[in-house]
Amino acid sequence: MARNAFLRVFGQHWLKPLTFWLLALPGLWLIWQWTLLLTGMPNDLGFNPIETTHRFLGDTAIRILLITLAVTPFRDITRWLPIVKVRRRIGVAAFWYALLHVLAYLGLDLFIAAGMSVTGALAGLWEDVAERIYITLGMIAFLLLIPLAVTSFNAFIRLMTPTRWQQLHWLVYPLAIIAVLHHGFMAKGNQIMPWVHGGILALLLGYRLVRTLRKRAQARAIAS
Amino acid sequence: MFIKRSKPWQGLDSEITPKNLFLDRRRIMQAGGAMALTGLLGCGSSESQAENTAEAASESAASGLQSADPMTGLRYRETAYSVSDPLTPLDAVTGYNNFYEFGVGKDDPARYAHHMTVDPWSIEVEGHAANIGRFDLEDLVDFNALEERVYRLRCVEAWSMVVPWIGIPLADVLRRFEPTSDARYVAFETYLNRPEMRGTRFPVLDWPYVEGLRMDEAMNELAFLAVGLYGDLLPNQNGAPIRLVVPWKYGYKSIKSITKIRFVSEQPPTSWNIAAPNEYGFYSNVNPNRAHPRWSQSSERVIGGALFSRRETEMFNGYGEQVAHLYAGMDLIENH
Repeated sequence: MARNAFLRVFGQHWLKPLTFWLLALPGLWLIWQWTLLLTGMPNDLGFNPIETTHRFLGDTAIRILLITLAVTPFRDITRWLPIVKVRRRIGVAAFWYALLHVLAYLGLDLFIAAGMSVTGALAGLWEDVAERIYITLGMIAFLLLIPLAVTSFNAFIRLMTPTRWQQLHWLVYPLAIIAVLHHGFMAKGNQIMPWVHGGILALLLGYRLVRTLRKRAQARAIAS
Repeated sequence: MFIKRSKPWQGLDSEITPKNLFLDRRRIMQAGGAMALTGLLGCGSSESQAENTAEAASESAASGLQSADPMTGLRYRETAYSVSDPLTPLDAVTGYNNFYEFGVGKDDPARYAHHMTVDPWSIEVEGHAANIGRFDLEDLVDFNALEERVYRLRCVEAWSMVVPWIGIPLADVLRRFEPTSDARYVAFETYLNRPEMRGTRFPVLDWPYVEGLRMDEAMNELAFLAVGLYGDLLPNQNGAPIRLVVPWKYGYKSIKSITKIRFVSEQPPTSWNIAAPNEYGFYSNVNPNRAHPRWSQSSERVIGGALFSRRETEMFNGYGEQVAHLYAGMDLIENH
């Protein structure tokens, strides 16, 4: 009890800024690496910096999304309630990295492949979305993220009522599955990383399923 | 301005001929010393490099062969098989690889391939040929008859390189096995020793890696067996000690670290085709008109090239003149 109270008070001060900077860290690293690259300095982006950038942003977005989904189980298991205060913040960060991932794809792939033509890039985007399953999935996941990010302000929760807000944000579950499938369909051969992400996601979703089923069983037991 | 320290392969990207002249290690050291000295004296280092090149050129012209360090370098002759595109820098050629037996990361092979035992090396030859059995590498490859070929390499992942390979024509080696008329295809197999190859812990592909060519493709003048690149023996991550190079096909056809050659009458299974038949066919000719199901093949990112531009991919990777006749009358979209 005393420990919980301590954490609750202590948590107020450092938790939010710490979360913010931790979430910003991958982005800052990437900006630093590109600065090195564009000024001709040795950097960690490798021999195919654009490819590295795509992978890095996509992996980061998926991993932050998984962290978002891990907040609730973490709270339940540790009973450390303040962690919930940063859940939305983590989810929004996943959106920012996904947005950068999409922008990098549009700008560094499609725009350049189309010879720096915007209409050409859009034509390329349409072709990709229509014909390439992993792009289709990635786009769906990103489009589903947009309403969640837009409604992430406090005002929106009040406006929508918490119940409907929660209903909308249930979308994070199918979205996360689609995002991991996007990764899996992108990989050449049977690679391990999509399976790792998928395995973690299955655990996190499985936890919720078990919790829901238990609650229902309890409710039924009380009712009868 | 960022100044990089000069390496043997630098400053030569646009001019391929003088590159080999820098392979003499003692000469490189002399050149390095001279350059450092002239640098101190405030003279242009390009001047001393040019002098050095001229000196080495006259020496090698006399011998008829490019001179190389007797300990590690290779002796070889230049050929007309060359392209005008700038060479991919050596560190990119040896640091950006697909060799999934060592991991799926592009830098994994450079990091882990040194665990592979490449000496001694022998190749098992089987199937429809008169002269079959196990051959030591030294018996198969005449290291005094090596030649250099500067080929474009187009990966199916839509990136490309230009690599100065050193080796021998595949046809010369295959002929020595005296394949019979039943040998309509030739199949190749990559070395597999799981403790040495950490990437094989996970079934990314069905190991060992296998590839194959139709016999007339294999006998084509462009099909090449490389034992070296940039004047030296192949680094392990590039498929040491001996690998195939088929420049008009996607990179995965150019099988690395070959331990088995089999002459067969039926089209042999190939690793990527087994993994995803709709994505990777047997022929795998570079074809900008046939998109990979998951990405376009119309252009490619040139590794080591300009960051914000792409190269238009050419049919047969630009080698149509030498190989297009092999596929006369064939639907190359269907037979991708």
